[in-house]
Amino acid sequence: MSASAIESETPDAPAPVSDSQTFRRAFKDLRDGLNQRELWLSLGWQDIKQRYRRSVIGPFWITIATGVQATAIGILYAALLDMPLQEFLPYVTVGLIVWNLINASIIEGSEVFVANEGLIKQLPSALSVHIYRLVWRQMLFFAHNLLIYVIMVVAFGVWRNLSWASLAAIPALGLIVLNALWVSIVFGIFATRYRDIAPILSSLTLLLFVLTPIMWTTQSLEAQGGAVRDRAKIAELNPLFHYLDIVRAPMIGQPQELYHWYIVITITVVGWVVALLALRKYRARVPYWV
Amino acid sequence: MTEHVNISTQNACVDFPIFDAKSRSMKKAFLGKAGGAIGRNSSDVVVVEALKDITMTLKEGDRVGLVGHNGAGKSTLLRLLSGIYEPTRGSASIRGRVAPVFDLGVGMDPEISGYENIIIRGLFLGQTRKQMLAKMEEIADFTELGDYLDMPLRTYSTGMRVRIAMGVVTSIDPEILLLDEGIGAVDAEFMKKARVRLQKLVERSGILVFASHSNEFLAQLCNSAMWIDHGQIRMQGDIEDVVRAYEGDDAAEHVRHVIKEMERENTP
Repeated sequence: MSASAIESETPDAPAPVSDSQTFRRAFKDLRDGLNQRELWLSLGWQDIKQRYRRSVIGPFWITIATGVQATAIGILYAALLDMPLQEFLPYVTVGLIVWNLINASIIEGSEVFVANEGLIKQLPSALSVHIYRLVWRQMLFFAHNLLIYVIMVVAFGVWRNLSWASLAAIPALGLIVLNALWVSIVFGIFATRYRDIAPILSSLTLLLFVLTPIMWTTQSLEAQGGAVRDRAKIAELNPLFHYLDIVRAPMIGQPQELYHWYIVITITVVGWVVALLALRKYRARVPYWV
Repeated sequence: MTEHVNISTQNACVDFPIFDAKSRSMKKAFLGKAGGAIGRNSSDVVVVEALKDITMTLKEGDRVGLVGHNGAGKSTLLRLLSGIYEPTRGSASIRGRVAPVFDLGVGMDPEISGYENIIIRGLFLGQTRKQMLAKMEEIADFTELGDYLDMPLRTYSTGMRVRIAMGVVTSIDPEILLLDEGIGAVDAEFMKKARVRLQKLVERSGILVFASHSNEFLAQLCNSAMWIDHGQIRMQGDIEDVVRAYEGDDAAEHVRHVIKEMERENTP
């Protein structure tokens, strides 16, 4: 074999057009990532096991940490807001578990590509592998936290409020996962290009944590009447309130309202459109930017 | 096997945007001996042209060795050919399952056992867990680590890690194999063994592109060569000719010697 092994193409052949910025490649990336599920399923597990290696209780420290936090906030705010503890504690707990999932999707989502720089630059795999790994890890965290919920359901008699309508929590969680995916894609891509986005987001989520009814309830605002009552409406402008409510209301057996679902579904659709556009235009740029 | 394993690029360019470079100090684009050309793109961001107008077609059976200075663009070219960097201008099409061997340490988790690492690495290279379990015995044999494979990877020496990485890479059947230099760091005896396995792997894989500063290694694994300079293909052809143009007569003589020796070994 000799030089003939490598041959230049004839110069007048029509130049093939690069398909880097097409929807076909964007969808292919998402599909290829799904096909590599064996990889991200084990990597996600490893991430959790890694964090708690050699500790006796292991990943259940996640459960304990959230439980302690929820109990502390619950007892304090039940007294401040003058609410019965057996009602307020489950409310805070479920709110906190769901919030942790949303919060982690935003913060870790914005770092997903930067954190995996080594892998992205060394191994040609679909970008979505890193997204799936991240969301899967969040789901595992959530599953560990659910244990507190189960304990609360039994301990505070929440099961008395649960009905078939509580099953709505399952599709609601499905919606949260879909949102975690697009959030990680969009924030991940833009935070890789503009490194100021990640710190902005972590401050912003802190602000949203206070503004979202997790430690307080919209009912207690409305109950005060007058100007405060009007201000309760402002809470509705916060999209995270609706995300929280579609999961929390069925889980603690509160009355559910359909308009929360409409809002969440609309944001989900818009978010995915943005995610697909971002994937189409910037997917191939991510390895250059990390 | 994917039908028609091939790589073809057409005027492919790879420009790295350097967002944090002080643009004032680089008012004029300049060219150095090492590294790519530095310029600006339309939105006034400093860019490094790591590869420029790369046009090549590789088909099954091609074993190309890359030579060139540090920073000439060899590693970037391998990343272009693996599909990690999609060209900023021009196009590149890669057909076939790619196995890149750039950094042997990436994707290794120090906290899990050698066994688990072998499986994870295999998954990264597109294998399934089942396929990796089937190959486990063979890989364990090759690495000569025995029961040590149950220990967490952090207790391994560098050489032992390289053994694991080499064991995994040489156990799969890639269609396109991309090797970057720096597979050193192992003892001589193991290297001899690895070389034999590597040669077998090269025979199994459809296309090989190999970047190395060792002409001997190049002559043993490749059947043609390409000289990369300032991010462009300066010359391509016979290994001996390319090495002569790049390094001079002595080096070419050495290559001829190695090739002759290999031929003698192959014809008993």
